[in-house]
Amino acid sequence: MANRPLAEAKCLPAALGLGGLAAVLALTEMLIRLGWVNRFIVPLPSEVFVSFERIILEENVLSRFLATAGEALAAAFLVSLTGVALGAFLHRHRLLRRACESWVAGLAAAPLVLLYPLFLVIFGRNALTIVMIGFVSGLPPAILKTVEGFAGTPKVLLDVGRSFSLSPSQLFWKIAFPSALPVIFVGVRLGLMFSLINIVGVEFLINFGGLGQLVNELAERYDLAAMYAAICFVILVSVFFFIASEKLERWLLRSA
Amino acid sequence: MTGGSAGEDGSTVEAAGGTPVLRVENIVKRFVTDSATVTAVDHVSFTVAQGEVLSIIGPSGCGKSTLFNVIGGLAEADEGRVVVEGRLMSGPDPAIGMVFQEESTFPWRTVGDNVAFALEVAGMARAERTKRVRHYLELVGLKGFEQHHPAQLSGGMRQRVAIARTLAFGPKVLLMDEPFAALDEQTRLLLGDKVLQIQQELAQTTLLITHSIAEAVQLSDRVLVMTYRPGRVKRIVDIKLPRPRTAEIIGSKDFGLYVAEIWSDLRGEASLGMKDAEAHLPQAE
Ligand SMILES: Nc1ncnc2c1ncn2[C@@H]1O[C@H](COP(=O)(O)OP(=O)(O)O)[C@@H](O)[C@H]1O
Ligand SMILES: [Mg+2]
Repeated sequence: MANRPLAEAKCLPAALGLGGLAAVLALTEMLIRLGWVNRFIVPLPSEVFVSFERIILEENVLSRFLATAGEALAAAFLVSLTGVALGAFLHRHRLLRRACESWVAGLAAAPLVLLYPLFLVIFGRNALTIVMIGFVSGLPPAILKTVEGFAGTPKVLLDVGRSFSLSPSQLFWKIAFPSALPVIFVGVRLGLMFSLINIVGVEFLINFGGLGQLVNELAERYDLAAMYAAICFVILVSVFFFIASEKLERWLLRSA
Repeated sequence: MTGGSAGEDGSTVEAAGGTPVLRVENIVKRFVTDSATVTAVDHVSFTVAQGEVLSIIGPSGCGKSTLFNVIGGLAEADEGRVVVEGRLMSGPDPAIGMVFQEESTFPWRTVGDNVAFALEVAGMARAERTKRVRHYLELVGLKGFEQHHPAQLSGGMRQRVAIARTLAFGPKVLLMDEPFAALDEQTRLLLGDKVLQIQQELAQTTLLITHSIAEAVQLSDRVLVMTYRPGRVKRIVDIKLPRPRTAEIIGSKDFGLYVAEIWSDLRGEASLGMKDAEAHLPQAE
């Protein structure tokens, strides 16, 4: 009896979300069919749905999905490691932190993707360029949130550790890091979003690689339905990373 | 009325019978700030005997937490020393277990893993650890909560987890800084009862810092009253109430007399502290 509301509460949000999405799609379909929305600007949701088959069979969307996901994974890996390490470093060195924090924040808002010619010159027209742009653009939120996470660690928790004679490295790994982890992961997730947006953006701009290039090609052919279907795969990459990051966070907390 | 051995001159105040487990000798701690040097603790000395509960009471800002940190080894004294069972302390030591005033459980660990924390870091084998954790959780009345997370418990329960975590490491002296301050009145009384029961069961040598007179009288064998700025030992009052004690003792006549006696000692200091705080208000930024 006591478990039932809990079980309901678990599926209810998901059901509401999916139901809401279906309702919006149905409404869009209706508005287009009634002629209230121009179908040359917004394709019919049913056409988008049908074109999934086409882009899977004809446009190799799955291998493009893997290419973009792979680039995003490489960027995510670099963002997490470098961002958390730099954040921890800045937290330790107050002067440096105060010197850097505001321009790192500024960098987070900069459209780094527009620097792609520079990256092309340095890394060439290949996946490395794309990964590096994803990495650089995802870095600032990861750094900032890591600093914030460590700064928010309650002093008393560290005192507990010191009272049990923990070494500095034990204090870090057993207390400061797990305590900061939830906030760090907010930063990592934000960084992942920034990375993915910029990765797809630069694929689009340099017409190279995964889903971004496909979106570019479909747009040039004015195949709007297929283009929207391709964008759905970009969203799929992001969903995939979101779930993976939550799993990783839980695993890290459990092993801390 | 009650014979307390005074120690305003700074001489060591001996524990009432029994061998002293903890000796605190002439501790001085100063804080140097931009504007002034504050002597937070000024030549404080006392001892705590095996199995004894000594409470330190004093107004806010009289140096209790500073003393707590010095005895626990988290802060260095400018003068004086702390000795446990004849061994000079230098920094944090397993012989002294600390329980803090603030929320101090690790929110990412389960209750069981919180209690196991120090044992785990010290490298104790899992089987032994589990046994100990179970024992101490039962002692603090949290049997069956091993798998819960602190967020699922009440404030009083979390503070019991913190106490179990400290006790599980087997300290010679249990050192607590206003452990009930953040709790509501009823929880505080019940938790006081629980601590008393645990202390009697383990014959745990305990140093309790508090600003509640009732709490000090309820739990202690002796109560040390501190002066306000500089923090000195004003007086030590022996509490000769029968043991084992429960919260019921709070209604008794003797209890009231002790509270009144300590309040008369404390009143002057407390009003000094209050005036001081008020005097600083206009300049407060
Ligand atoms: N880190 C510090 N720097 C400067 N002054 C301090 C510091 N810690 C405590 N003090 C001062 O020392 C005095 C005693 O503080 P504390 O030990 O926290 O008092 P209590 O715990 O009895 O309320 C206070 O006047 C406080 O302002
Ligand atoms: Mg205090």
